[in-house]
Amino acid sequence: MSAVDIPPGPVVAHAGRSWARAAQDIRAGLAARELWGHLGWQDIKQRYRRSVIGPLWITLSMGVTAAGLGFIYSQLFGSDMSTFLPYLTVGFIVWGFILGCLLEGSETFVSNEGLIKHLPAPLSVYALRTVWRQTLMLVHNMLVYFVVLAISFGALDHAYTLSEKGIVQPGLSWSVLLAIPAFMLIALNGGWVSLLFGIISTRYRDIPPVVNALTNLLFYATPIVWPTDVLTAKLGPGDWKHLIIELNPLYHFIEILRAPLIGGQQSWTHWAVAGGVTVVGWTLALVAMRNYRSRISYWV
Amino acid sequence: MVSIEVRNACVDFPIFDAKTRSLKKAVLGKVGGKISDASRVPIIEALDNITLSLKEGDRVALVGHNGAGKSTLLRLLSGIYEPTRGTAEINGKIAPVFDLAVGMDPEISGLENILIRGLFLGMTRKEMQERVDDIAAFTDLGDYLRLPLRTYSAGMRVRLALGVVTSIDPEILLLDEGIGAVDAEFMAKARTRLVDLVRRSGMLVFASHSDELLFELCDTAIWMDEGRVRMHGSLREVLTAYKGRDPFEYMSHETLERLGER
Repeated sequence: MSAVDIPPGPVVAHAGRSWARAAQDIRAGLAARELWGHLGWQDIKQRYRRSVIGPLWITLSMGVTAAGLGFIYSQLFGSDMSTFLPYLTVGFIVWGFILGCLLEGSETFVSNEGLIKHLPAPLSVYALRTVWRQTLMLVHNMLVYFVVLAISFGALDHAYTLSEKGIVQPGLSWSVLLAIPAFMLIALNGGWVSLLFGIISTRYRDIPPVVNALTNLLFYATPIVWPTDVLTAKLGPGDWKHLIIELNPLYHFIEILRAPLIGGQQSWTHWAVAGGVTVVGWTLALVAMRNYRSRISYWV
Repeated sequence: MVSIEVRNACVDFPIFDAKTRSLKKAVLGKVGGKISDASRVPIIEALDNITLSLKEGDRVALVGHNGAGKSTLLRLLSGIYEPTRGTAEINGKIAPVFDLAVGMDPEISGLENILIRGLFLGMTRKEMQERVDDIAAFTDLGDYLRLPLRTYSAGMRVRLALGVVTSIDPEILLLDEGIGAVDAEFMAKARTRLVDLVRRSGMLVFASHSDELLFELCDTAIWMDEGRVRMHGSLREVLTAYKGRDPFEYMSHETLERLGER
């Protein structure tokens, strides 16, 4: 009848390490979707309370950033604005989601301290709240994508290059549907990031600043405002320095969602890396949940 | 069957300060191979070896000085803290009313806060919508429910919180002090409702410093002292030992009759 009901049979609680209790927490958390769904929405509405256009500010600020940077960087790289703007816009949107999961994921439990100490609820609810909030932000930002797509459709519906002598991108096709599983895979990773980083950050309060510092670096190191063509043109194919991007998991995550949305060249290696990270990440997060779930309320 | 069985439960809090919480300590502390006493995290034993058995129909008062472990015990019973040693076995649907400010958003309306509270207590949106009228009638808040919560007085917030927890048919009601802010008229109404609830199939544990409230709501009591159960018995016995005098001594016959004490 109720969403977070404890299953039949006596529940013997002891702050030990238990797979069963960790799995139960995650199951109950998923079942309480009305709760985290509502809380996530509330977070968005809260941020723009009393402002006239409300959450549309998310859309608007993304639009301004993408348009401005799109203009500047397309000049810098000698790219055509009509193909570069969609590239940069989608890159920014996906990055925004990943960044949100990393930064706010680290704060998942710390920022919900009051609720954790006063209301018994599955802890995974707070991780889901974080990921859901980021998803709603992404949905708002996707409006910018559709506007850009409408403007640039003529340049994307056939094969094109992002810069002179760059890789030939095949252009938009039905493969755009791959964006759906791609987003789901990225959101799935948001889940383990919130749980694992959330737990570690609750115990060690130095972690959020560390994540903060690294994400700045990662933004510039990941092909978001610059296309990989720039690197290839400079280094020539087969140079070991390509590892700078190949070893960056964020590049692969961005690429699985960006390529279908702008008709870019797709590669199974991106999916393989993203899938591998998902498995490893969830394994670590589940181990952390097993070992430290019951300690979180003591640590916050 | 509603029951609480706590066996030899301890709740130990690690006290992290900025130093012990940092990674630096954890990583660099290993270097050199010796663990100094300074790097060890101090621990507060908030609850020490608690053994407790509560059953359906119990209306228990928690008394004790500040810091005796009343709130920590309530959180142990609600499942928020799991015992670091020993076990806690809790059967039943739990509804806690602890800090009234937590889980309530001052910017949104009373109605929306009712919904969020209900969702936290395991209800669905639909189930809560069915109960809104009942809660509105019980709390007497009427049109105030449409206003943001920040316009509410302390007593009105208590009314709202009590309205939600009593409307969802909980089996184990856990109340921390702070519900004393309501007026006598509402308290009488709440008493009837809470006692009814416990009689149907439930249990109430109430921590308070107000004797009047305890008389109204409880019949047995637990005296907490320095994280241990010092005494567990009938309300009159425990309060007499705790206060050093019989608090029922000078009550009128009618009051005693009403409270079920003769």
